Amino acid sequence: MEKFKKIKTIVTPLDQVNVDTDQIVPKQFLKLIQKSGFGKYLFFNWRYDENENQKKDFILNDKKYQNSKILVTGENFGCGSSREHAVWALQDYGFSVIIAPSFADIFFSNCFKNGILPIKLEEKNVEKLKHESGELEVDLENQILKTNSEQISFDIDSHKKKILLEGLDDISQTLQFEDKISEFEKQSKIPSVL
Amino acid sequence: MNIVEKILARGSGREKVSPDDVIFADIDKVMVHDVSGPGVIKVFDKLRKQGINVDKLWDSSKVWVAEDHFVPSAEKISAENIVKLQNFTKNYGIEKHFKYGMGQYGICHTLSHEEALVLPGEVYVGGDSHTNTTGALGAFACGLGHTDIAYVLLNGKIWFKVPETLYFKLNGKLPDHVMAKDLILKIIGDIGTDGGAYRTMQFGGSGIDEMSVESRLTLCNMTTEAGAKNGIVEPDQKVVDYLTSRGASNITLVKGDSDAEYAKVYEYESSEMEPTVAKPFSPDNTVVVREAPNVDLDKSYIGSCTGAKYEDLEAAAKILKGRKVKIRTEVLPAAISIYKRAMENGLLKIFLDAGATVGPPTCGACCGAHMGVLAKDEICISTTNRNFPGRMGHVESQTYLSSPLVAAASAVTGKITDPRDLN
Repeated sequence: MEKFKKIKTIVTPLDQVNVDTDQIVPKQFLKLIQKSGFGKYLFFNWRYDENENQKKDFILNDKKYQNSKILVTGENFGCGSSREHAVWALQDYGFSVIIAPSFADIFFSNCFKNGILPIKLEEKNVEKLKHESGELEVDLENQILKTNSEQISFDIDSHKKKILLEGLDDISQTLQFEDKISEFEKQSKIPSVL
Repeated sequence: MNIVEKILARGSGREKVSPDDVIFADIDKVMVHDVSGPGVIKVFDKLRKQGINVDKLWDSSKVWVAEDHFVPSAEKISAENIVKLQNFTKNYGIEKHFKYGMGQYGICHTLSHEEALVLPGEVYVGGDSHTNTTGALGAFACGLGHTDIAYVLLNGKIWFKVPETLYFKLNGKLPDHVMAKDLILKIIGDIGTDGGAYRTMQFGGSGIDEMSVESRLTLCNMTTEAGAKNGIVEPDQKVVDYLTSRGASNITLVKGDSDAEYAKVYEYESSEMEPTVAKPFSPDNTVVVREAPNVDLDKSYIGSCTGAKYEDLEAAAKILKGRKVKIRTEVLPAAISIYKRAMENGLLKIFLDAGATVGPPTCGACCGAHMGVLAKDEICISTTNRNFPGRMGHVESQTYLSSPLVAAASAVTGKITDPRDLN
């Protein structure tokens, strides 16, 4: 995974709560498991009409937000199906940071496996950021969000922060210690099954 | 400790765990299906490129595979995914692969109880959000993403943050014509689709003692729709009998201590519950059936891990016996074993005589995959679990979630109908 670097772009405000993974990637694309390219299916039913023409009123179709890497949205983002395709689509589309008052559990965990930083912020700060017209800087190292006029700090689990900053993923990280793990298991008296 | 804390303490080799502890737990069982399986294969390919050895699973005897979302294959991509899955299980020596067209198969969560694949006290993870279902057997059961499942397949363990537990104390027996689905819809309506987020939803009380194992499965299945990490019921003799009759042995019953702690306790009087539906487009948008909108339905769908267990089919048959459906009605038993029992006990004849179509086990239209998806503006009443926009087909279709009794009664009238109001 690539190391997570400082990001500075405008934010894409998606003013909606309980955005479920069926909306992030509709079911017809779940069969596809190619390596990349899920970005084009992101929010498919919101972005395109029946003839697959872009819907003018959907925010992602506004050219202004084309280079935005930061999605700011409502509570319980990513609820519903556990499909990891939802995170693949957000990442492939270009989002690196998602800011919301709360996230669904499996979705939240899937983000870190794919280099996306989900940030939980108090509702009032999320609202403020939705209306931020200038660029927002996301500084993971110092856990700070900077706009032209203010700084907002955010919390993150230190292990998860390390994973993103160093571009590690859980599996490769653990497997680096394979020898030590098997050594430990030989000595361990932990019963493995009931 | 409560039951979840006990299971996770045992799984992580600790004396005691408390909410918010981060633990590394041994996994007892893992499930993948025809969507998460190919997803895992993709993760394995990526790891292989990074020089990581993915030639062997930690223990293929603890893994089982279901073909459910896109089977029987309606087009070639689904067919190819099934071939991929088949090669995967062959290469890794996974014997428990339930293939359609080859005896027992069905929806993954249904197989977990029909085949007694998961036992009380186990830590069970699956590549599907409704893995929560199986907590009704007294296991810690939760869904994970593809990368996490790949990790478990290689290492046999994964980290968890011990969840806080919300305890739902259910008092008394549900009235006739009211099912566990009505109760859980009421609860989700009260606490919202994130009301259980990151937490366990545990069900207990005399209402649970009175309830069948399959009804408990419905409760735990729908905890996913409240955002819960998992759902759980303390196992009792009913669970032992249920699993033993399906071939399980050596069942140990894990229960919480009498001084177990819960983050919050909710009380519900089961006897006061009413038939309830969730209106479009969210499972928490609930209303009692007698106050539901007077819409003309196009379809009634009786299927899925939530609403096509044997008990669900029996309930629908009770209503449809000697009656005719007024709208398209589909019944899709959730596994072949259920299909067979329904056939042997005459339920399928009741459905067919009523005019319904009986289909093969599959997730089918529940996830909008195939087998009767909805057209634009169509309105469906469904025993499934989600009614997000476009979930069952066209993005401008609508789904009302209900119990099998309500879905069957509504099939007869073409309107959302309380089974108590049928002539």
